[in-house]
Amino acid sequence: MAKVERKGTLSEQRLRTFLREMLLIRRFEEKVEERFRAGELPGFLHVAIGQEGVAVGVCQAMDDGDVFASTHRAHGHTLARGTHPNAVMAELYGKLEGCSHGYGGSMHLYDVERGNLGANAVVGGGLPAITGAALAFKLRQEPRVAVAFFGDGATNIGTFHESLNLAQLWQVPAVFVLEDNHWAESTPELQHSPIRDLSKRAEAFGMRVMKADGQDVEEVHRVAQRALKHARDGKGPVFMHVQTERLVGHYIGDPQVYRDKEQLRELQETRDPVTLLREKLGVSDEEFDEADREVQELVDASVAFAKAGTDPKPEDALKNIYA
Amino acid sequence: MPELSYREAVRDALSQAMRQDDGVFVMGEDIAEMGGSMGVTAGMLDEFGPERIRNTPISEMAIVGAGIGAAMQGMRPVVEVMYEDFLTVSMEQIVNQAAKHRYMSGGQLKVPLTIRTQGGAGWSPGAQHAQQVEAWFVHVPGLKVVFASTPADVRGLLWSAIYDDNPVVCFEHRTLYGLKEEMPEQLEAIPIGQGRVHREGSDVTVVATGRLVHEALQVAEQADSEGVSVEVWDPRTLQPLDVDGLVASVKKTNRVVVAHEAVTRGGFGAEITAVVQEEAFDWLDAPVERVGARFAPIPFAPVMENYVVPHADNVLEAIRKTVS
Repeated sequence: MAKVERKGTLSEQRLRTFLREMLLIRRFEEKVEERFRAGELPGFLHVAIGQEGVAVGVCQAMDDGDVFASTHRAHGHTLARGTHPNAVMAELYGKLEGCSHGYGGSMHLYDVERGNLGANAVVGGGLPAITGAALAFKLRQEPRVAVAFFGDGATNIGTFHESLNLAQLWQVPAVFVLEDNHWAESTPELQHSPIRDLSKRAEAFGMRVMKADGQDVEEVHRVAQRALKHARDGKGPVFMHVQTERLVGHYIGDPQVYRDKEQLRELQETRDPVTLLREKLGVSDEEFDEADREVQELVDASVAFAKAGTDPKPEDALKNIYA
Repeated sequence: MPELSYREAVRDALSQAMRQDDGVFVMGEDIAEMGGSMGVTAGMLDEFGPERIRNTPISEMAIVGAGIGAAMQGMRPVVEVMYEDFLTVSMEQIVNQAAKHRYMSGGQLKVPLTIRTQGGAGWSPGAQHAQQVEAWFVHVPGLKVVFASTPADVRGLLWSAIYDDNPVVCFEHRTLYGLKEEMPEQLEAIPIGQGRVHREGSDVTVVATGRLVHEALQVAEQADSEGVSVEVWDPRTLQPLDVDGLVASVKKTNRVVVAHEAVTRGGFGAEITAVVQEEAFDWLDAPVERVGARFAPIPFAPVMENYVVPHADNVLEAIRKTVS
């Protein structure tokens, strides 16, 4: 393959690992949908089907010690950063073995050991803390980077503008990853933003912008590496604008009455990041099926693990309120 | 012993903590060269430099949120929110983020953030610069709330807030900044959650916060001359509340007046009243009296402002009512 011989590109082996990671997220999310519909999962669930390339591309570029804040659509980021599917699934089942010990749920996945400072159910809610974490790294002269994930909908909320302004003003080592899937829940970008290129909002603060196609994990990873290096080298924060697609509804069960079904079908056929990487690598059916079987086993095992997990005692609700 | 004003006492706690610990730094609007809108941080820029006495843009959400992020990374930031009215701008970050990260993470995170703010009527700043909103924060599990009324208390409590591993919102009352008190050179930490008997008495307990502590102490002398012995008790920390201290005083006096400058309805006094009836109902000889602001925004015209917020005579009236 000529592609992988180009300078700065990844080894075919690494890309195959990415494919497997993305497939794990895909199968995990499909399982979550299935178990939700079976009535087993409480809460509000948002799956990342279609956005796996962003999660894997960015998270695989991060170093140990880097931190990130996620969004309500957090399963992908969390798995991509190395939290075991068992711990994520157990959280969705509200078990003590979950990555937030049953206190968080799908929209509040944490794994501090792996730098996950929390998925946030308030759109834009995590951006200020990422700016502050990056400030701490700068003040202590630590070579670490803080990464915020958020969607295009978040670029309309005040915390986005205040955080980008502050981060650029103080030149902190932060990377702001816009997962631009063109939808804020049911509201299309045309109805929520007067401008078509949302990176102009970062340019307005004088922030360095780097763009990537989120359906091409190799490109996402390459750009994320540049962005993280830029921030880590003390050259200031980066706004990483990633074009991606939400190939499913906003939440599980969303009938998507607001969406053109034909367009969605076309996106599913042409912009699926798993399929695109598989085709790029020329992975045979046999090899793909084998990888698929492996991740499916992991996912099935995560459900079994979660179901066998420990229910918190009701009065555990009164723990962990204060340190 | 040196005499410090309430303002200097705040500055002393901040400075001593910053000298001792590189992880402590201060962020806020106009706090550097200007020394803050109330002059609390005046001179600190010279000693600690602009990295640690950090001027910020007018971005209450981001500066509180940046404090949260730095705190989660093990620093002990102190964020100054210029007027407590502006806490409303950063409410989402305080209520949904600072207060809940520890909980939502199942105990993985700590947020040792201190938020200092000030407010209060008396200077006619009007409806958006003079209200008292401390009770709003007592309603949020995960936060601690401090409201000190004297220089020694504000110094010792701010120190404890900075070294507490939880987010603490510290309210200061603007009219108290000039108040002076002798105190030891050596800072004495005051534990969070411990009330203070300012004046012992046997007939009625006035539970007061902030400016009203001083109003209560003033009228206690008058009440004395009328044959009513007044105890003045200041919770100092609204969350957690020193229930034992409160109940001990009520059991001694059997009568209670609660007094704060904030609006009476839904104010912190309502919580005090509820706790007293839950914990010491059988010891009460009279209904609990409440003193607070009338149910109005703080008006501008001095004559109206004066009418809306409570004063010493309101406290005295309430004391007389409980013993009548």
